[in-house]
Formats: sequence, C-alpha cells, structure tokens
Amino acid sequence: MPIELTVNGRAVTLDIDATTPLLDILRNHLDLKGSRYGCGLEQCGTCMVLIDGEPEYACTREIGSVAGRSVITIEGLGTPERLHPIQQAFLQEQAGQCGYCLSGIIISAKALLDRNPHPSRSDIVAALDKHLCRCGTHTRIVAAVQSAARMGAPA
Amino acid sequence: MSETLPLSIVNNRRLERWLRFQPDRTVKLAVGKVEIGQGVLIALSQIAAEELDVALDRIDILSGDTDDAPDEGSTSSSQSIEVSGRSVRLISAELRTRVLGRLAQRLNCAVEDLSVEDGVFLQEGNPTGYDYWSFAGPEDFATDIAGTAEPKPPSTYRVVGQPIPRRDLIAKVTGAAFIEDIVRPDMLHARILRQPSRGARLTSLDEAAVRKAGGGPIRIVRVGDFVALVGEDETVVQRAGVAAPAHAVWTGVRMLSPNQQEAMWFRDQPSDDRHFGDPGPPATGVVVSETYSRPFVAHAALAPSCALAEYCGGHLSVWSHTQGVYPLRNSLADILRLRRDQVTVRHAHGAGCYGHNGADDAALDAAIIALQIPDHCIRVQWRREEEFGFEPVSTAHMTRIQAVLDEAGRPVDWTAEVWAGSHVQRPVFGGTMLAHEALPDPPPPAKANDPPEANGGGGTRNGFPLYDVGAKRVIHHLALATPVRTSSLRGLGALPNVFALECFMDELAERAATDPVVYRLSLLSDLRARHLIENVAARCGWASRGPAGTGQGLGLAWSRYKNKAGYACVAVELEVDLDITLRRVWCAANAGLVINPDGARNQLEGGIVHAASMTLKEQVTLEGDGITSLDWDRYPIMTFSEVPEIDVEIVHNPDLPTLGMGECTFGPTAAAIGNAVAHALGIRIRDMPLTRERIAAALVR
Repeated sequence: MPIELTVNGRAVTLDIDATTPLLDILRNHLDLKGSRYGCGLEQCGTCMVLIDGEPEYACTREIGSVAGRSVITIEGLGTPERLHPIQQAFLQEQAGQCGYCLSGIIISAKALLDRNPHPSRSDIVAALDKHLCRCGTHTRIVAAVQSAARMGAPA
Repeated sequence: MSETLPLSIVNNRRLERWLRFQPDRTVKLAVGKVEIGQGVLIALSQIAAEELDVALDRIDILSGDTDDAPDEGSTSSSQSIEVSGRSVRLISAELRTRVLGRLAQRLNCAVEDLSVEDGVFLQEGNPTGYDYWSFAGPEDFATDIAGTAEPKPPSTYRVVGQPIPRRDLIAKVTGAAFIEDIVRPDMLHARILRQPSRGARLTSLDEAAVRKAGGGPIRIVRVGDFVALVGEDETVVQRAGVAAPAHAVWTGVRMLSPNQQEAMWFRDQPSDDRHFGDPGPPATGVVVSETYSRPFVAHAALAPSCALAEYCGGHLSVWSHTQGVYPLRNSLADILRLRRDQVTVRHAHGAGCYGHNGADDAALDAAIIALQIPDHCIRVQWRREEEFGFEPVSTAHMTRIQAVLDEAGRPVDWTAEVWAGSHVQRPVFGGTMLAHEALPDPPPPAKANDPPEANGGGGTRNGFPLYDVGAKRVIHHLALATPVRTSSLRGLGALPNVFALECFMDELAERAATDPVVYRLSLLSDLRARHLIENVAARCGWASRGPAGTGQGLGLAWSRYKNKAGYACVAVELEVDLDITLRRVWCAANAGLVINPDGARNQLEGGIVHAASMTLKEQVTLEGDGITSLDWDRYPIMTFSEVPEIDVEIVHNPDLPTLGMGECTFGPTAAAIGNAVAHALGIRIRDMPLTRERIAAALVR
C-alpha cells in the first residue's frame, strides 16, 4: 500500500515498509541530507523536521504515521542561493561552530517564530531546550533567532 | 634558518605543495590542518590573501588530503594558527617575493617600485600588464621553501584581523554538508558488531536472528572477531546492527567495576613516575595540601563517527572526519599491510570532535570491509551507544597540590602531584585502533604515553604555576594501563590541573585572610596575566563581592594554556540552591595577533560552555562489560536553559605572535566555577563534576 505525503511542498508517493523511520526516507530515498542522524533516541534534536508545522523528531517517527501530512525539512526553508531569513540570521551572527546541530535548531526556530513572531529570550531558550549543541554556540544561536525575529522572518 | 622554520614547512618544503595559481584566476591553497568547527579554513585563507595581496574570495582552499595537500600531522593542541598559520604566511610571502623579484628583472625596475592589487602587478601605481596568473611560472616553484622572505608588517594588514564570515556554514544551515551526506556510486551501508573489549572472542553469533531483525538482505562480513553487517538498505543494516549484540556470545570479556570510574582509583595503580622541576626536599615551613579530581569524560560529539572507504584496483580511498589524514593513512596502511602510496585519506567535515574520538576507528572499520568487498563504497555509521561506548575517553585525573607557606601565608615551595592515565594515545603515539584489536593478528596492548613536556605535556599540562612561588616541581604518575581506552580531549590535563591550581590559590588566599584577586596579583609578575585579571575583576564587580556562604557566588581564575599559548581569565557568577545555576561569565583573553576576531570569540565562548558542562555535569560511568553512560540521558551535557550570559573581551596585541586560543578558556572556566561554588556555599568541593549529590554531601559534612 503506497504511502502519500507532502515533503517541502512536493507530493511524494512511497512504496515502502510503513515502519521505516522518516529520517531514513528523507536522507536515503529523497536525498534530503539536511535532517541529521545524531542519536536515534529523540535526545539531541539534529533530526528535527516540521510535520504539519510542528517540530517533530524524524529519527523514531515511522513513515506510516506521516501519511497524508506535510513535512518540511531545512531544504524546504531556503537554499544557499535563496536563504530563508532565519538561515540568513544564523550566517549573519556566525551562529555555528561545527554546525551539526544547526539544521534541527533552525527548524525549531521556524516553528517558534511562526507561532510567536516576537519571542522573548526565555521563549527562545524554551523552544530550543530539546536541542543539544556540543560546541557551546548557544548564546550566538539565541542571538540569531532574536535577530531573525527582528528581521520579521516570514512564515 | 631551517631550524627556526615551522614544522609544517620542514616537512613540506615544496612550494607547489601549498600554493598554485589556477586558470580561473583563483589561488589554490592546500593545507594539512582541517576544519573541525573552529573556523581554521577562513583564518588560513585570510593569511594567504593578505600576504599575496589577492582578494579573499580568490583563495580556493583544500585541506586534509594525502594526495593533494601537505602533511601537517594532526589538527590539535591549538596549534593550527600558531604553526600552520605561520607557515602559510611565510610561504605566501616567499612566493610573492620570488615572483616580484623576477618581474623587477623583466621590467628592469626596483622591486620597491612594484605593488600587487588583487593579484595584478603595478609599477609605481601603473598597470604592468602582468599578474600572478600570467606571469608566475614553474621557476617560481622550482626550489624548496627557504622561509626567509619578510612578511608584511601587521600595521599594514587589511584582511588579517577582520571578522570575516566562514564559507562552510552556508551548507551547514541549508542541507548536505558533512561526511554523513556523501553519496558514492555502488554504496553499501555497514554497522559493526563491536568486540566488547580487547581479547574477547566471539564464540557464537545467531546470524539467522540478526538477518531476521534486519528484515532485508544483509551480508555478514567476519574477519577474526571483527564483524560487520553490510547491505544496500541503511534501515535494514541499522536494525540488524541494533539487534546483533543480543545474538552474540563472547568469552574473555574484561569486566569493570564502578570504583574504576573515579580518579582516586589511579592512586594504587602501577605507574611510570616522572619528576619535573626543582629537586626536593621542600623548604621548611607550614605545609598545606589539597587534592582535586576530575573523572573520565567523553568527547560526546553530536554525531557518532562515520567513514567511507573504497578499494578499487589495489588502491584504498578513505573519507574521514579524522583530525589527521596522514597519521590515519599511515596507520591504515600498516594495519592492512598496504603500501602508503596505495592509500589515500581525504578529510570530510564532521560534527565537532574536541580531540581523538571514534573518527579514525570508524575509518579502519570501513577500510577492513572495503578490502573484503572491493569495488563498492562502504559507508560505516557508528550508532549513538557505539560512540559513547567505544570512543577513546579522556582519562580521569587527580592532582594533589602541596605548598610550603612563609609567615605571611605566601607559598615559597610548590609541588603538584598528578595521577592519571594517558592523555594522548593516538595510533601514532603508542595507541591502538579499535578494530585492529579484533583482527586475527591484534597489536600489542597500548603503551602508556603522554606528549613531551616541550609540547605542553599531557597529565602535566599547566601543572607548573606561573606564580612567583619559589621552588616548583611536578610529579607525574602516568598509569601504565587504564580500564578503558583514553586519548586526547580538549586541553588534556590543563582543565583538571588549572582547576586544582586556581582553586588552591583561593584556598591559600582564604588562609591568609586576603582577597583572592589581591593574593594572586601579589604573586604574579607576568604583565599580560595581571592585565587580564584586572580587566575581568573590574568588569565583574569583584570589588563589591559579597560575603561567602550566602548561596550567591563569584569566582575568578586564569591560566596561560600550556604555560606558553593563549592567556585567559574567567569570572563566573552563580547561585547554589540544590543545583548550581550559572548566571554570568566574564572573560578576557590575550593571544597576540588575532587573525579572525569573530572566530576567536566563538572559540573562547565555546570553550567556556564546554568546560562548564564538564565541570558541572559530565562523567563517564563504568560497570560490567564496559562504559554504561551510553546515551544523552546518562551522559548529560549543558543545555540552552543552563547556559549563562557570556561576555568575552579579546585584548588586541597585533604586534605579538599569534598564540593558540581554542583551549585557553577551558581550565580557567572550571576553576572559576569551583571558586564561585566555594564562595556561594562557604564550603569547598574539590571533585568534579560538581553535582547536586556532591553539594548535598558537602553540606552534610
């Protein structure tokens, strides 16, 4: 039974085992490498994607449960040539060291700003608290989200 | 001259190994140091652009490639800008000098009349019709690098010293950017069934059960006690990999007990004992002694290790997020009995490593499989619990400091005594590679090892105080064996030793009934250090610091990394209730000429957060057949809601040589937290991590 869903605005039909993790589908079947494997345990946030606008872990999420829904990955926000304002804000603040955590964090920031365009610092911290950053870039990342909010990041 | 040349040049004397002018009017800069999130590539590009006088965006940098880039060993120990940066500066200056010298002959003018503007040559400001791309030729590259050309004076810098954004971050915020994302033709995914410990033998493996768990076709590759599960579908291979340990029976597994996870365990272990500094016996007077410790800690990279390897036509190509492509190539060739010219290792970006983690081991895994399955690209992805369970960890480390005090309570004799395992066991330094131990012909056990004192030492790193305290000595008990593999992690022994030294200074100040900052300054003649302490003390409001024991703490500490690299002073304000809440951190650092101040600031901040996480939260736990802190719940690190406000100031000193600064905030942050907690509680906790349990125990004591 094929599974139909929308990924970054594009209709996708998959003839695949419904228990396959969404992360594997994105990375290996749709060649969307921006959602990253970090733990497979919903503990680090590197695989975060939007499902119907809500930030969700892709590592444990079975593809069958995403049927009929809309998934947005980091590639759905912007490209190197046409950056989304949140991506732009992260580059402007140079809010990254190794950068492995960033795509998941930007996804959570997008969900936050969509629902709350003028978040306080503690709103931002609360929205990002499920994400780990091992390089210690936290203060810059928070500043980048604040800067994106000031730029009026569009939904 | 050659004895003063940086090692990078001594080992790579051919100019064309480093620089080439390319037909598209770019400049290829090839370097051996690699990007590990520290921003080294933009900084090295800035140096080359500056000395060659070409626009920065013309620099096309290639890093970490055993075919096409120079051998600069490992990217470690805050050496990249000090050594590689100095090399790139000398080499670029030399190339420019050679080319302009020839041009002056051609034009029959003085070299001083010539200038370079974005690679185009001008004579007294007028076009000459020549530029690097049309004029530079094989003769400019023909002789070895002499290193004698005079680089530009820093006062004329236009590119160096600017906060120029990194180029690699664009990919990292938009999509594919890392080794994990590389797709090659005929790629097969692999997971490893790990040998639980050195010497363990696989007595049975229920292959049918593993295949069933995978739910699709897999090939099981077995070489000695090395077992890999390989297939086209990563989901299948991952499921088989997760299931496999439960279907394997091993004998000869070494068992661990929790007492081995504490630094105290090293007190009773056989060791190589070394004595540095002034001979004893110490002077007579009041003797004061305290002991401090840090447990085993993990690199805990955000991504488990990954590697790709292809064996085609007798040549092995490997992609790795290793810190050193040449050392890895040499190890792979030796272990797999290939000639070095049969192996190419290329660096690909990975998650931050902070030292020697599983990267190199994953590369050997992939290479072993590639030799068994030629003409395919083998992609090995470690699982999360595999990275936590099998990466080399940083050794537990205990430091006892003993001081002899004069009547005024000032030290006149100082002994630091260190008990620890090896702080560096890279394969080139006596260590072993993980899968090698499972092969039919395993290597001898790893030899206890530490870097030489000239390189800053390992267990002894920052063991000597830079205070004026009379006689100083360090006694190092390097344990001959460790319960689990240990190797380098950011700063090596600097964090535990600076924690001990700077906490002890506060304790001595308290004994002498003197303010800790005043006490430090009274024993310190290094002007750069004094200036940083005064800077931070002023910014953090030290003068109005409250009394001890109120639950509010302010602590300060400083060090000069390796006693010869960058200086940093850190103050921490925190609250202690049941837990410790960091409020604010102030830092001042001095590292001479700073190539990219924004990158430097990022490194200083990152070091503060990393060190705070280690000081407050981190400990690798051991029990049964190995490490038990196998996920982020059992190895928690600092989160967004726990990170304090951080205020970093870089003291600019452009006329002094650049000093490595990636690790300089590490020790001072740990010690400043230790001192702030003691100030808040009125009680000293000397063993890291400073957890809720330790605070409760200290309050009861």
